Amino acid sequence: MTQPVIEMRAVGKRFGKLTALDEVSLTLKEGEVLGLMGHNGAGKSTSMKLILGLIRPTSGELKVFGHDPGGAAANDLRLRLGYLPENVQFYEQLSGYEVLDYFARLKRIGTGVVRPLLERVGLGHAMYRRVKTYSKGMRQRLGLAQALIGEPRLMLLDEPTVGLDPMATRDFYGMVDELRGRGVSVILCSHVLPGVERHIDRAAILGRGRMLASGSIDELRQAADLPLVMRLRTARSPESLADALRSHGVLARQTAAGRIELEVPVRAKVAVLRSLMADPEVADLDMEPPTLESLYAHFDATIRDRAEAAPAPTATLDAPQGVSA
Amino acid sequence: MRNLMIVAGKEFRDGLRNRWVLAITLVFGLLAVGLAYFGAAASGQVGFTRVSTTIVSLSSLAVFLIPLIALMLAYDSIVGEDEQGTLLLLLTYPMSRVEILAGKFLGHAAILGVSTLVGFGVAGAIIAALGSVEQLGELVAALALFILSAMLLGWAFIGFAYLISVSVSEKSKAAGIALVVWFAFVIVFDLLLLGVLVGTGGQVSEGLFHYLLLLNPTDIFRIVNLTFFEAARTQAGLASIGADAAFHPALLLGALLAWVAVPLGLALWIFRRREI
Repeated sequence: MTQPVIEMRAVGKRFGKLTALDEVSLTLKEGEVLGLMGHNGAGKSTSMKLILGLIRPTSGELKVFGHDPGGAAANDLRLRLGYLPENVQFYEQLSGYEVLDYFARLKRIGTGVVRPLLERVGLGHAMYRRVKTYSKGMRQRLGLAQALIGEPRLMLLDEPTVGLDPMATRDFYGMVDELRGRGVSVILCSHVLPGVERHIDRAAILGRGRMLASGSIDELRQAADLPLVMRLRTARSPESLADALRSHGVLARQTAAGRIELEVPVRAKVAVLRSLMADPEVADLDMEPPTLESLYAHFDATIRDRAEAAPAPTATLDAPQGVSA
Repeated sequence: MRNLMIVAGKEFRDGLRNRWVLAITLVFGLLAVGLAYFGAAASGQVGFTRVSTTIVSLSSLAVFLIPLIALMLAYDSIVGEDEQGTLLLLLTYPMSRVEILAGKFLGHAAILGVSTLVGFGVAGAIIAALGSVEQLGELVAALALFILSAMLLGWAFIGFAYLISVSVSEKSKAAGIALVVWFAFVIVFDLLLLGVLVGTGGQVSEGLFHYLLLLNPTDIFRIVNLTFFEAARTQAGLASIGADAAFHPALLLGALLAWVAVPLGLALWIFRRREI
């Protein structure tokens, strides 16, 4: 078992009276891709800055590649780190090539990497144009190329797909998959990442400075126990379907003429499918497991409810069963 | 140390590219040649005047201009990068905050230094070539001292600009404070001293007054260039009081150097302690 890339144990960070991060624990292994999610002010940026060694934790223990990121080994760690900040605006008066050359030299890497990197992110045609003339997507690609300088072993990407068109987003996730294949650990930080499920190994959901849930998508689905949605094309009425499937705890409602939407508890999935398949009046069926977005909404809602209902936090919601941080 | 030079190099090249170097050089050069040629226009004649007159009028104009240019050049150095997000990124690179700030300072200092040297230097060469300078040695010595003190004055105000830049979180605020700093040192300070002098009926001890003038880099700059020309004293207003004190030029340059070091040191101190 190799040493984890990031090890956070009960890390807390306070800014004066404000608690930005409260007892957050997190582990990231080599070659793992983690989606770090949360609303504004949930503690995502604070976590990133802690890992980058820009700020020091007030309590708890944090190790990156086995060292304190803000300590004596910081400069060596930073050579192995790639970071894409949110909303970064590079030097407008410089060309893409010059910007990347500047950062490559600061990272003690030869100028030779600049051109291949720019071509890799699809900016080969525009490398000598001023950044001022770049579109939002091109700037984001330049930022990504910057994060890739020096083949880092750990990459922290803050809102990486903001401003990217669907094709560029797909390319971006392709690159993430490729990095994972090479054993690079990646943290994707975002409010929401539509379609990210297939590209991440684990998700961690932060809310108000606390870890609301973390684990693989399957573990999160289990913990949240959200129903999956089945859509049917059938001549049957929702009432009769609901009656037939009542024992499985299924809810049914009509959405359009001849279409019915069922909310099915995850544990009853196979049983319900079997009974629907046996029904000759079901003409078509498709099924949607809870998306990461709905899981996020679910966990995020728990902290809102809790804050409204009772000020004292309960421990159970912070560590859903069967989920390890 | 290597990264410090990379940062400084980028800053200087930016200065070349956005024409700061060219603009400052032209302003200084034209100012010097213009003053040398038209300096005596008020007394009814046009043509190159005496070196002492030229340097005195040049220093009394440069004392307004150099601080303003230095503040404009550098007020957004840190806060600007902070606003565009590159500061956060730079801080995650393998270099210290001292290297970032010192590197940028070095770059800005080079922009102003080169412009001062070239601008006033070329002007000096033109004056020497076209004017009827009787004592070339005097011109060279006076101009060298003027250029050196002008550089130090500019760097002192770049230091102030950095101090402002690390202390605020918005560029517009930094610009406003820079203007106030300029106004305070270039105009208000002298008016206050004059007020004290008049208000107390000249009761302030002369020694104390000389040292009070050292509290303002612009006054030190004036004194340095005035003491060089004993004859020019009468034209120089308040700063001529300092000239009587006969501070040695080396001491005055040392005091200017301290005015470079103190604001820059403070800026470094604040920048290192700052939470991101």
